[in-house]
Amino acid sequence: MREKRVVIIGNGMVGHRFCEKISNKKGDFKLIVFGEEPIRAYDRVHLTDYLGKKTLDDLFMSENRWYKENNIDLHLGDPIKKIDTTKKRVFSIKGLSIDYDYLVFATGSSAFVPPIPGVEKEGVFLYRNINDLDLIREYTSKATKGAVIGGGLLGLEAAKALVDLGINDTAVVEFAPRLMPRQIDELASNTLQTKLKSLGLTCLLQKSTDHIVGDRKIEGLSFADETQLEADILIISAGIKPRDELAKAAGLTIGSRGGIVVDEHMRTSDPAIFAVGECALYEEMIYGLVAPGYEMAETAAATIAGEQKVFSGFDMSTKLKLMGVDVASFGDPFISEPYAYTILLEDKNKGIYKRLNISTDGKRLLGGILVGEASSYNMLLQTVNNNMPLPEHPETLLLGETSSGKSSSSGLEALPDNALICSCEGVTKATICDAVTQQNCEDVDSVRKCTKAGSGCGGCVPMIKDLVTYTMKQQGKYIRNSICEHFNFSRQELFDLIKIHELKSYDEVLDNFGTGHGCESCKPVVSSLLASLWNEMILGKGNDVAQDSNDRFLANIQRGGTYSVVPRIPGGEITPEKLITIGEVAKKYNLYTKITGGQRIDLFGAHLNDLPFIWEELITAGFESGHAYGKALRTVKSCVGSTWCRYGLHDSVSFAIQIEERYRGIRSPHKLKSGVSGCIRECAEAQAKDFGIIATEKGWNLYVCGNGGSKPQHAQLLASDIDSETCIKYLDRFLMFYIRTADPLMRTATWLNKMEGGIDYLRNVVVNDSLEMSETWENEMQALVNAYQCEWKTAVNDPNIRKRFVHFVNAPDEKDDTVRFEEMRGQKKATGWNNSMIY
Amino acid sequence: METLTSTSWKLACRVEDTIENGGVCIKLDNTQIALFYFKRRDEWFATQNECPHKRQMILSRGMIGSLGDKPKVACPFHKKTFALDTGECLSGDECSIKTYPVKVEDNLIYIAI
Ligand code: SRM
Ligand SMILES: Cc1cc2nc3c(=O)[nH]c(=O)nc-3n(C[C@H](O)[C@H](O)[C@H](O)COP(=O)(O)OP(=O)(O)OC[C@H]3O[C@@H](n4cnc5c(N)ncnc54)[C@H](O)[C@@H]3O)c2cc1C
Ligand code: SF4
Ligand code: FES
Repeated sequence: MREKRVVIIGNGMVGHRFCEKISNKKGDFKLIVFGEEPIRAYDRVHLTDYLGKKTLDDLFMSENRWYKENNIDLHLGDPIKKIDTTKKRVFSIKGLSIDYDYLVFATGSSAFVPPIPGVEKEGVFLYRNINDLDLIREYTSKATKGAVIGGGLLGLEAAKALVDLGINDTAVVEFAPRLMPRQIDELASNTLQTKLKSLGLTCLLQKSTDHIVGDRKIEGLSFADETQLEADILIISAGIKPRDELAKAAGLTIGSRGGIVVDEHMRTSDPAIFAVGECALYEEMIYGLVAPGYEMAETAAATIAGEQKVFSGFDMSTKLKLMGVDVASFGDPFISEPYAYTILLEDKNKGIYKRLNISTDGKRLLGGILVGEASSYNMLLQTVNNNMPLPEHPETLLLGETSSGKSSSSGLEALPDNALICSCEGVTKATICDAVTQQNCEDVDSVRKCTKAGSGCGGCVPMIKDLVTYTMKQQGKYIRNSICEHFNFSRQELFDLIKIHELKSYDEVLDNFGTGHGCESCKPVVSSLLASLWNEMILGKGNDVAQDSNDRFLANIQRGGTYSVVPRIPGGEITPEKLITIGEVAKKYNLYTKITGGQRIDLFGAHLNDLPFIWEELITAGFESGHAYGKALRTVKSCVGSTWCRYGLHDSVSFAIQIEERYRGIRSPHKLKSGVSGCIRECAEAQAKDFGIIATEKGWNLYVCGNGGSKPQHAQLLASDIDSETCIKYLDRFLMFYIRTADPLMRTATWLNKMEGGIDYLRNVVVNDSLEMSETWENEMQALVNAYQCEWKTAVNDPNIRKRFVHFVNAPDEKDDTVRFEEMRGQKKATGWNNSMIY
Repeated sequence: METLTSTSWKLACRVEDTIENGGVCIKLDNTQIALFYFKRRDEWFATQNECPHKRQMILSRGMIGSLGDKPKVACPFHKKTFALDTGECLSGDECSIKTYPVKVEDNLIYIAI
């Protein structure tokens, strides 16, 4: 049998996918591709990245040799200009004429340009291909005010691209009364507008552009309501227009509003001719997204190869891919009463809007909108697409992650095997789970390599990640929480390794257990482990350069590059003499002073050069470091207690000081805070702390794993009515257990949330000694306590360390002359950020 | 090999003023330059001291390390990272930093600006 010749017009994303698909089919096909653009198919979905860090090479859909290897003739920069459907022959601009058995249109679409007078002026651009972007990039160097006509998905992407190119003053002009009119409703649009404003984008709604102002070059837009907008660069993104001109000339049936009419096999009105992608009109619909285009390519390839496959429409759910702006719409976003009930959540404080449309019997999810927080998008989309039952209280779906820290793995379990996880590549849940169980893929990257899932728009990557974790857990596989590319160990594993091998410096640890040269993730983790294990001065043994920036200079860095000074004031108790010293030092070095939320005093705005001198004076007056810069104990807050308070049961101040002095300086996975209250009125807020103690008639109640901050959580009762000695014992064990086993930057509350068995298990370990570790831990803690030294005292007295506290090493007496302050209420403050280039 | 170019080498400091596997700041002709001695790779790098993100004079106090084989520095403020050899931003932003040639002779460091 003679090979069949398939000619493909258009080498875009879908045309390329068609070639891939048919190459894998049985049968003898000779493929000949004609492309209008001078380069081979590239990833148009990620076109905007070309203005950022990606090069053309990153965007190509295949290696250069791919076409040759697959015996495909590729004619680039040579569009087809005519077709003779009776002779089954195509003619190219460069003069080739080729006969075909099958012809496939994959000509895509072009930007729709509304007939506005002046669109031909210099400075007006489209946003469709590499060439457009090259032109835009070049022109932005002389432009300052941007405008984009069209507030849809693409228009917003183009507008953000202008901002990223340095046109900070950019406006989006939309004809409809809201942004993304096809995807979201008005409330969602309002929320989105506020968010875009913070990125530097202004939105003008209900504006119809009358003409473009300017002589030769654009100078602005004039609207039908007689208002004007200044602009010297304009991108038109007002929709797409299928490229059907050639098909029309060849006599194929075209839709009334454009598009090559196809049936469910992607066949046009001529049985030898197919159309796929954005040029094809299926059931009166142009699908302007890549996933349906891919499905069409597969359908056409299957049909030509004699297989049975039909295209039956496609879900148009989308997620906007703008950095830092979460917008998603899925299913039917607009359906409302009487066909559905809606559940709304609008949080103006956090800039979040969510809408779920549920069936009137409350059992199914029909669609919805997410703005500001879209992490549940994938799961909700799956719920719609697979017609999964809703929970009894569907409103809980709007609240995202539950505070109890439980992940949504139960949802994953309920997903049917054939649920489409990656719609770009058509990969199902079963395929991904198989990749994990049978091909040993243990992370998203390897799943992507094995199955192609996640290699399209990338929207499904979080869900793939969850599926991988879920499947591995099901198999009882251990999930490795390795720190970064340089260490293939979890924090806990490294802790043990460093301890067993008695390593004392970052470089030793890296040489023994790591690869490469380290980074800003593993350096602080290892430094913290070394400190937790040996409690040596953190700036010694070359470890200074492996410390996080605050630890490296034993102070918190501030805007502008100055530092803060926080002396320890245990329990919040301070003598008048010490208060005077703080005042005098602050005055001498021109520091801003403030009482902190932790019952002590912070002195802000110190030059790097001044730090050792300031500390020298504070140390002489009896102060020591407050470790406000370290992942270490911060403060033990106290209430005044029985020494003065008429309700006080015990002396909470003395106990707070004792505890603060015991655990000061000890490094841990995250910072530690504590409080001691003299009675149940709880004036020291002990239950909001990592460990808190409250006086009872008979002794102390010990609470652990509380947290303020962004996700507040109350501490839980670990032991009641214990005496001071027992309390300290329990604390030693609790802290060592936490230091040993928590992940980097995990506060005690999160640590407990992740612990199987929760507080009961923890109580068993700490109080009942179920792991038989108590003695070890108590001894380890005592060793740390004994090794304590005030870091600042060591630093000011060691000339080698001290000499690092200069700004210019070749002019050690000069301070950084770019530091600026402003005045406010009689003190200084740091000036705002200098103008930034990016957001 | 020395070639005849118009590069003007400026004396920056002595080797003992620098810090192993870390950075220091140098003032040269009123420009702040971050000088890094990447001892683990036996390489010297010089870049602008200003982080382009919020324009802070700070990169010399950043942590250095590697991404694959690329030497990099992380800004202490928001941890944006930059390649020490080419200056490109490795955190996906469109900003880069200037880099300068460095040479060491007789225990003295020279930077060409
Ligand atoms: C100075 C102070 C605010 C004040 O003026 O009162 C403050 C200032 C900072 N806090 Fe705080 N926090 C201060 C009390 C608090 C409190 C209240 C308390 O301790 O009673 C909380 C909530 C309680 C809690 O932590 O559970 C608090 C929760 C945070 C958090 C969120 C922690 C969390 O787990 O969610 C951060 C971020 C972090 O540590 O990652 C933070 C981080 C910071 C940093 C270190 C941000 C930074 O990295 O630059 C600020 C440094 C200021 C500086 O340059 O010195 N600060 N911070 C307070 C210092 C207390 C002290 O004497 O040490
Ligand atoms: C900036 C941007 C962002 C996007 N973001 C997303 C997104 O996030 N998600 C999503 O799903 N989709 C997105 N899209 C849409 C997606 O890129 C398209 O759906 C997809 O590229 C359609 O593929 P196609 O092959 O049908 O058309 P195209 O990729 O446009 O390819 C058609 C090709 O045919 C060529 N051609 C036309 N006529 C002829 C002729 N006569 N002879 C030879 N060649 C011809 C054209 O020059 C073109 O190269 C985005 C598009 C753009 C521009
Ligand atoms: S609440 Fe935020 S802004 Fe205020 S001190 Fe704490 S970290 Fe800084
Ligand atoms: S100032 Fe450097 S990362 Fe923000």
